[in-house]
Amino acid sequence: MTSILFFEQLLNGIQFGTMLFLMSAGLTLIFGVMGLINLAHGSFYMIGAFSAALIAGLTGSFWLALLASLSGAAIAGVLIEILIIRRLYRRDHLDQVLATFALILLLSEGVRWCFGAFPLYLDIPENLNGTLPILDDIIYSKYRLFIIFMGLLIATGLYILITKTRLGVRIRAGQNDRQMISALGVDISKLYTIVFALGASLAGLAGAMIGAIQSVEVGMGEPILILAFVVIVIGGIGSIKGALIGSILVGVTDTIGRIFLPELLKIFMEPANATSVGSSIGSMLIYILMALILIIKPSGLFGKT
Amino acid sequence: MIVEKIFNKWILVFLFLIPVLGFIFEEPYYITLTTKVVILGIAGIGLNLALGYCGLISFGHAAFFGLGGYVTGILSFHALNSELMFSWPFVTSGSSEMLVIWPIVILSSAFLALIIGLLSLRTTGVYFIMITLAFAQMLYFFAISWPNYGGEDGLSIYMRNSLPMINTMDPLTFYLICLCWLLIVIFISAKLINSSFGMAFQAIKQNEERVKSVGIETFKVKLLVFVISGIITGLAGSLYTDLNRFISPSVLNWQMSGEIMVFVILGGIARLYGPLVGAAFFIVLEQTLGGYTENWQFWLGLILILEILYVRTGILSLFEKKLKYEK
Repeated sequence: MTSILFFEQLLNGIQFGTMLFLMSAGLTLIFGVMGLINLAHGSFYMIGAFSAALIAGLTGSFWLALLASLSGAAIAGVLIEILIIRRLYRRDHLDQVLATFALILLLSEGVRWCFGAFPLYLDIPENLNGTLPILDDIIYSKYRLFIIFMGLLIATGLYILITKTRLGVRIRAGQNDRQMISALGVDISKLYTIVFALGASLAGLAGAMIGAIQSVEVGMGEPILILAFVVIVIGGIGSIKGALIGSILVGVTDTIGRIFLPELLKIFMEPANATSVGSSIGSMLIYILMALILIIKPSGLFGKT
Repeated sequence: MIVEKIFNKWILVFLFLIPVLGFIFEEPYYITLTTKVVILGIAGIGLNLALGYCGLISFGHAAFFGLGGYVTGILSFHALNSELMFSWPFVTSGSSEMLVIWPIVILSSAFLALIIGLLSLRTTGVYFIMITLAFAQMLYFFAISWPNYGGEDGLSIYMRNSLPMINTMDPLTFYLICLCWLLIVIFISAKLINSSFGMAFQAIKQNEERVKSVGIETFKVKLLVFVISGIITGLAGSLYTDLNRFISPSVLNWQMSGEIMVFVILGGIARLYGPLVGAAFFIVLEQTLGGYTENWQFWLGLILILEILYVRTGILSLFEKKLKYEK
């Protein structure tokens, strides 16, 4: 029984991790190439989810909704980059933090204005509903498997984009030396807009896919944004490989910790106490993990020192 | 700079006058509002020491604000229930005496700041920002999931904590207590900034390597500034709980950290009275815009973005420019 539960929770953790990866890949790319901390990244997650809910409501198609989440967040990303973010690249981190904090207020209230304060719901398509037997006696939700699959697909896609294409070469060159690649004739401001929009659309897609399991509401982006920060601090800021490993680590630790820590504590505590203490510590576990990794490696697992 | 100093004096005069006016015109609401400004100003002054003067961009000061608040709430919760807080390792009961609560708040904030500082000061730049944020978030989730003290719903204390011989339930009296704390905190900050220690931490903001090369152990200096900063913000949190007679995890949320930061920036970074002016501006904005529209934070965000993109130096700098112009 416990091994089945464990396996199920492990898959849940991986599913959570792949979604975290979609968020943190964008964050870490934007930081690596433009040197920008983007607190408003969670807002693109929210914008993606709302775009999806809007299109799903109009057309009834989940796939069109996913497409809408990608393009909605990308369009918002391009607009915001051109209007505001562009002016922040040369500023110090404090200005970036504050301006993007202000952007969160602006975007959250803006969305609340348009859609109202009530959560929206996004339906999982018919053929992804239900469960699928994997191995002998383990059954698992089809939709969550689909999320894992999409996450892996996008991770592979990003890998190919960064290592095999011309755009990828430019992104890597931008990470190494911004002045040099603009001196070599690359239109740097266009590159920045593309990278920002790419990050925003990945966040938007994550928002839509999670929005179908949970609900689509204002403020849904911030909790996951902070987890994405933890991920990129663990993985090393600017490293996509670090973001991938960090996401899975955080996803699995969080999910497994919340379920099994109370069980573990029941061995040597009263059950009632064990549940409350266990769930409290379980919710802190990833931060403890982050602190431990920072003690050993202050610039994260794959960060440049 | 001289104009700014005159302006600062007027701020203090104003702070003393407002509650008197409120008392005369029988509008206790304005007293409560000014009390809130003063308390949030204290929290901002705490952050300003680390962020403005030492360049430590902490995005997690809500942790100290919330800790101060929760320590106060928990102590008085136990005092009112007359339950023991701990029976092990030593017997401790709650307390509703501010004179007992304040030292405990100071000690616990200092301890928390020491731990967070020891871990996060190992890093710099963006890492530091995110780690302080993450620690505050960790406390936030802890407060939500810990059921004994209200969890997500928060904790109400039915009586404001007391001082001997003084009726703290009176809004004007409580305001004066907070004002005293504000004066103490401003006085201490001013002394610190002008001391040799203050020179050291302000120099670290400009060039840490150089300060190291003179033989100053910058890690210790930064840690000490961080701890002092945490204590001041923690005290503000304690007063805030007493003001509202309520504490909930929302004061530990990242948005609180952001707001304290906004007070500092709006008023003017590394200016002694900056956070106070920023907090006042914030509250006035909340009250006026909040009266017209539910979406006042939209406008707040817009003002903030315009401030950062175009003004850049905060409200108090407007008074500095005037002087240059006069020359």
